[in-house]
Amino acid sequence: MEKNELIAKVNSVLAEEFEVEESIITPDANIKQTLQLDSLSLVDMVALIESEFGVKIQPADLAKIQTFQALYDYLAERA
Amino acid sequence: MKRVVITGMGIWSCLGKSLDEVRDSLYTGKSGIILDPLRKEMGFRSGLTAKVDIPDLKGVLSRSQRTYMPEQAKYAYCATVEAMRNAGIDQDYLDKHDVGLLYGNDSSVDPAVRAVDTIREKHDTTLCGSGAIFQSMNSTVTMNLGTIFRLRGINLTVSGACASGAHAIGLGALLIQTGLQDMIVCGGAQEVNPFSVGSFDGISAFSIREDAPEKASRPFDRDRDGLVPGGGAATVIIEEYEHAVKRGAPIIAEVLGYGFSANGDHISSPNVAGPSKSLRMAIERAGIGIDEIGYINAHATSTHVGDTNEAKAIYEVFGDRRIEVTSTKSQTGHEMWMAGASEIIYSILMMQNDFIAANLNFENPDEDSAKLLIPNQRIDKHFDTFLSNSFGFGGTNATLVVREIKQ
Repeated sequence: MEKNELIAKVNSVLAEEFEVEESIITPDANIKQTLQLDSLSLVDMVALIESEFGVKIQPADLAKIQTFQALYDYLAERA
Repeated sequence: MKRVVITGMGIWSCLGKSLDEVRDSLYTGKSGIILDPLRKEMGFRSGLTAKVDIPDLKGVLSRSQRTYMPEQAKYAYCATVEAMRNAGIDQDYLDKHDVGLLYGNDSSVDPAVRAVDTIREKHDTTLCGSGAIFQSMNSTVTMNLGTIFRLRGINLTVSGACASGAHAIGLGALLIQTGLQDMIVCGGAQEVNPFSVGSFDGISAFSIREDAPEKASRPFDRDRDGLVPGGGAATVIIEEYEHAVKRGAPIIAEVLGYGFSANGDHISSPNVAGPSKSLRMAIERAGIGIDEIGYINAHATSTHVGDTNEAKAIYEVFGDRRIEVTSTKSQTGHEMWMAGASEIIYSILMMQNDFIAANLNFENPDEDSAKLLIPNQRIDKHFDTFLSNSFGFGGTNATLVVREIKQ
């Protein structure tokens, strides 16, 4: 998957699942704040990413993925 | 002892998604039973089930709230919103008072199955998602309703098999009678998905009259061949009488008596002594004579031994005093954990509108049902007091006696 395509899909999938306007998802935005994730819905994001992209974000990596750009890069390396 | 009244009702069932729809379905004798092709594909002996739509709560509740709710919690939410509206209660009231919550529920199979499937396939528990734990616990309905409505009184799920909903109301009434609570949201909820009743189907408990689904649930009829599973949710707001008067609540009926017993016998086959004891206790605690009861809403699920033994128990208590007895399960199928609560609502709707719904498909009596007065057509008549039975696996029995209050 091309990176632009991947970014578009990530944004679309996350916006739909967490019921936010896709336009507020920008590369430098903080994921938890933008999607209003708490510790429980963060679990749902991990499950959703695995289901959509076949990539399981490892617990140790999750803490490092703060922005959408970091998430795109993480997935681009693995998807 | 303080008096206990019902000030609000709400329902989500195969007969309708509001009190008005359900009243009309009861009046016209509508059946909520269908044949589900998916169950046949899954290997069910019987594909019969009640048809209950799962409410779409997107835009009503937040994503997180919905994530924690299995289908029966969604039914219960809708029923409770209707009940609270009818009782004249809003969120501001709930925030300022300690309102309790006692709801019958005795399974949440579908989310548990889905989580186990995920673990088996993915070998990773995180991938079950955050909702699985809250959806699969038996107390899922009370934990969800309690947090959505920010309730701060007693909060318990009552698991008493097919008597769960009736026990929830009865236990709630005891808490109000003793002054421990002024108001409790009571009810019963039942999941309808195929997984939830697969093993029940496996013990040949269900009717296999698949060629005519509306004819399959036939309580008390000689040719009955098993129950039809149903579900949904039913909520009643019960309240201390003076408390209800003081706040100007619409008082619908009074919970006069709650009887209970256990058979101490077979796990699935009911006996006669246990139910009789429950009936007698409810009437005695109501402080009324049997002549004052104008209608009996039977537990009768359309199984051979269950209906027979209930008919014997009713006859043992009421003798030749022929009070109309019907089972609304002839229209709804067996709503199980929900039934004890929904059948209070069905009976109250009939009481308010001066009719007794037909016991559908009662074409030929057997030896025991012949001793009871079971109308197979709707009866248009007024009654002001009724008795409702609920019996469950393990031999748990509950009986409620309710009387109309006219304002």
